[in-house]
Amino acid sequence: MIRAGLQALLSHWWRNPLQLVTLLGGLALATALWSGVQGVNAEARQSYDAAAATLGEVQFAQLLPASGDQISEATYIALRRTGWLVSPVIEGRRENVRIVGIDPLTAPGTIGPITLTPGTDVAAFLTGRGQVFGTTQTLAALRGLIDADLVEASDIAPNVAITDIGVAQRILGLEGQLSRLIVAPQQPLGQASLADIAPQLTLRQPQGGTDVARLTDSFHLNLTAFGLLAFAVGIFIVNGAIGLAFEQRRSVVRTLRALGFPLHVLIALMAVELLVLALVAGGLGIFLGYLIAAALLPDVAATLRGLYGAEVSGDLQLRPSWWLSGMAIAVGGTGMAAASSLWRLARMPLLAAARPRAWAMAAGKGAGWKGLISVALLLASLLVIVLGKGLLLGFFALGALLIGAALGLPLVLDRVLALGQSMGKSVTASWFWADTRQQLPGLSLALMALLLAMAANVGVSTMVSSFRLTFVGFLDQRLSSELYVYADDPAQAEQLVAYLAPRVDAILPIQSVQADLAGLPSEIYGYRQHATYSDNWQFLTSVDDAWGVLGRGEGVIINEQLYRRANLNLGDEILIAPAVYLPIVGIYGDYGNPIGQAVVTEALFVQVFPTSVPLRFGLRLPSQDVPALSASLRDEFGLSAGNLINQAGIKAFSLNVFERTFTVTTALNFLTLAVAAFAILMSLLTLAGMRLPQLAPVWALGLTRAQIGRLELVRAIILAVVTTLLALPLGLALAWVLLAVVNVEAFGWRLPLYLFPLDYLRLGAFALIAAALAALWPAIRLARTPATDLLKVFANER
Amino acid sequence: MNARALLFCLLFPFAAIAQGFAGLGSAADGFAVPAPAPVFDFPTDHALHPDFRIEWWYLTANITGPDGTDYGLQWTLFRSALAPEAANGWQSPQLWMGHAALTTPDQHFVTERLARGGIGQAGVSADPFAAWIDDWTLAGPGFDQLRMTASGPDFAYDVALTAEGPLVFHGADGYSVKSGDGQASYYYSQPRYALSGVITLPDGTVPVTGSAWLDREWSSQPLSDNQTGWDWFSLSFESGDKLMGFLLRQSDGTSFSSATWIGHDGTVAAYSDGAFAARPVEQSQVAGGDIPTTWQVTLPDRGVDVTVSAINRNAWMNVTIPYWEGPVRITGSHDGRGYLEMTGYE
Repeated sequence: MIRAGLQALLSHWWRNPLQLVTLLGGLALATALWSGVQGVNAEARQSYDAAAATLGEVQFAQLLPASGDQISEATYIALRRTGWLVSPVIEGRRENVRIVGIDPLTAPGTIGPITLTPGTDVAAFLTGRGQVFGTTQTLAALRGLIDADLVEASDIAPNVAITDIGVAQRILGLEGQLSRLIVAPQQPLGQASLADIAPQLTLRQPQGGTDVARLTDSFHLNLTAFGLLAFAVGIFIVNGAIGLAFEQRRSVVRTLRALGFPLHVLIALMAVELLVLALVAGGLGIFLGYLIAAALLPDVAATLRGLYGAEVSGDLQLRPSWWLSGMAIAVGGTGMAAASSLWRLARMPLLAAARPRAWAMAAGKGAGWKGLISVALLLASLLVIVLGKGLLLGFFALGALLIGAALGLPLVLDRVLALGQSMGKSVTASWFWADTRQQLPGLSLALMALLLAMAANVGVSTMVSSFRLTFVGFLDQRLSSELYVYADDPAQAEQLVAYLAPRVDAILPIQSVQADLAGLPSEIYGYRQHATYSDNWQFLTSVDDAWGVLGRGEGVIINEQLYRRANLNLGDEILIAPAVYLPIVGIYGDYGNPIGQAVVTEALFVQVFPTSVPLRFGLRLPSQDVPALSASLRDEFGLSAGNLINQAGIKAFSLNVFERTFTVTTALNFLTLAVAAFAILMSLLTLAGMRLPQLAPVWALGLTRAQIGRLELVRAIILAVVTTLLALPLGLALAWVLLAVVNVEAFGWRLPLYLFPLDYLRLGAFALIAAALAALWPAIRLARTPATDLLKVFANER
Repeated sequence: MNARALLFCLLFPFAAIAQGFAGLGSAADGFAVPAPAPVFDFPTDHALHPDFRIEWWYLTANITGPDGTDYGLQWTLFRSALAPEAANGWQSPQLWMGHAALTTPDQHFVTERLARGGIGQAGVSADPFAAWIDDWTLAGPGFDQLRMTASGPDFAYDVALTAEGPLVFHGADGYSVKSGDGQASYYYSQPRYALSGVITLPDGTVPVTGSAWLDREWSSQPLSDNQTGWDWFSLSFESGDKLMGFLLRQSDGTSFSSATWIGHDGTVAAYSDGAFAARPVEQSQVAGGDIPTTWQVTLPDRGVDVTVSAINRNAWMNVTIPYWEGPVRITGSHDGRGYLEMTGYE
């Protein structure tokens, strides 16, 4: 019995392969975009985590050599023997791979090859030739060059190889030397003072603030927003396809039940059928998602490396958590889309008739309450933005805005079409507008998909471009000196200043100390008064004559992060050192750094922090003199490339990085529009078959089939144009929420919203082309409908 | 199991056995194996024996503050070798682990250190005697005059030890059999150190006096495959007599016992399996498990029938491989104080 029932149910798909394609394709595309984006994000985060664990800089304080490069092993032992629980690390490069040697016995728990699982040969790690852990790519670079066993470990940061300290010393030729010492969080009583045992070492507190994951979150946010929206669009398609399939199978269901097939078995069969379809589509989607992620990852990795110096593996790995979540979202999405259909089936009277066309129009029913929900959602979104706080609420506002707008779309489109109808005078025009309006319900899901895709593209493009403009402007402000020089130690700094003084227009020392400001980890900078700052730095808000007040040492300027996080205001006094309170006279934007900053004059800085010695200097000089001066500094002081940073070079590099970002964004734009176009194509194809009875009279009244086909195409384009136009304000609203709400909650800065009309024009053109392409085939099919088919409509009604 | 615990199990078979990882300690591939009728050579034998897989310098002390409060001290240095050889630098296969503890009637402080051999971070030298790991030391001009220090995040101690009697050799002249299969170790003790010094608690320092017991033991295959843990007693009676006894618990529910009677008159008598008995009387909930913290201990041959109870039931050594170790009070046929170590209960 079950077999027969299943056969009856499945025969529907045989007869309607198009619906099957819609269902599988929609779900697969939705899953693909979602899981592709998640794959990229997961890979990047994994890289950050691995890097953070390797470096230990985030969690642990460290002892660093104050001058010179290395720490001797004797110093390490002396520290251990006087109660310093420190763990040695040696670092160096071979074949551009960072070799990190650790001592697993003294290293704090979370450092080291995290792959030390049962079966690991500890003796082989500690003694003998030793073992070097790294990713496949990393090890490939080292193969044949080092004398140690290479062990693949996927959770180690890219381009980093971890091994025992003794092995690393041997590989690097640094026997008896150490790069730094990690300080365990808990130290014993009676520890000797560092100044007595190792005065040459300096203690650096954990660098929690430089957590690269936080910095790069804004980038990942873009991707996630894309993924989520694409998935929502996909679910719209799936919901449409499933609903239609259920409706068309009513007669089958009726017959089966009349033959005595139990309802619950029928529902179970349909649920299982859907589950199987969801798994197939999910699998396909994950495969496609993998391809998308693999294609995007190199660009994403390059972007992140360039922007934030974050090493991200360009190599995608299939993590179980990733494909399982992809499957879960495919099955869950199908369940969501099918729930109402299954519910209706369960409550359907035994002998209810099939009304596929009525179903297709059902979206038009209850337009009133859909309008109400739409308005309610939009209001809720507004309310959350005005009153709410927190990242989750920000995302809620985003969701409410988009769904509210999508639900309201059919109403607005109908109004617009009514307007067109009132203007159309000829008979054909009147018919065209009226027919378009009555077609609207059947197309509304696809149009909603188009609206969301277009809005997402406008929103995310605006956000990325605004971020780019702001960031480039910020670089212009911050990198106003033509050349930056980094001294290795105070003595060299002194020599550099003496050498440079007669050769440049101005030397601007850059010095900072770490401090807690208003209870938040922050940095305090001292600046030398110079037009460079007052000419270039722009305040988000400031008191009158902020530079004047600041210059007299009577005030402090702070960055936006500190201002927002600590809820400070202009005029509030903050404590920058014991007993030194200063009023805030200006707030400046700061997009390269997640922690708080405050800036005071050099004179005040030196007075408050007398031990701080500036090692970094900005140099003002005619830009054509930069290459010559760089060359002479290299020759005179033996400065390495890392000690000399050319402003033009760094800006060019940053812009190059943004180009990469745009490659990623453009690819995602294209993919989301493709999903929407797919939705339109499927809706039109589905409707085409049902519309024959409506078109036959029009044909009989004298319109040629070619004319009807053309009108079909025009109809699709008009709907797409109106939807695209409506998507523009929605996309801008989306961008505004992302920039002004989500960004503030997530990163503490609010980015200004810039408009990019040319980009929107291009996106709109893409959307129209996508819609037109999607409508082309159904229109051609219609134009080629055999006259006999049209005649049949009159012969036997339906 | 986390990576650190795994590391421990692989490095320290002692700990691995305590964890039920039997088998790791039983193969002695390439390592020297204790042989009967040993001839010791002092002070050389106070230092390490790199040819043997494991070795320890294990000191426990019962001490008293000026107000009569009882405290317990532990200072332990374990050596474990990955290979039977000595080498300089990071390549040395000798690894070290230190445990230090300070027990008060209601608090128990524990800390742990790990070190590689070959780089000077930990080691033992014979003459003058010095055993150390990081800033912890057990050192002096000779084995009879030692200064012992250790420190943790919340406690420290610095005490002087003076031997008041000769070394005592367990089993057959220091060859101590550990199972019916013949597994054995070299084992001797200095059970009579007089102790004086200072302990540091979170509330401040306390001057203390008391007595300490130092065990020296080394082997390559100390336990048999079916042994799951042990209960070790060092008891000092008010009569001046002392008793060392241990039970090695076996997976079939039986146990293997051994004991040494150390008379106040200098007599030493070894007892083989069965003579010494210890029976749990009362269990305590410690660290989520049931641990016997009161025992009935008997050695009928010497008329010993005593109740041994923990001064602080929560003397749980919460180190990477945890066990129970703490001072005990003795009542019954004999009164006195002592130390109890119990492994393999987790």
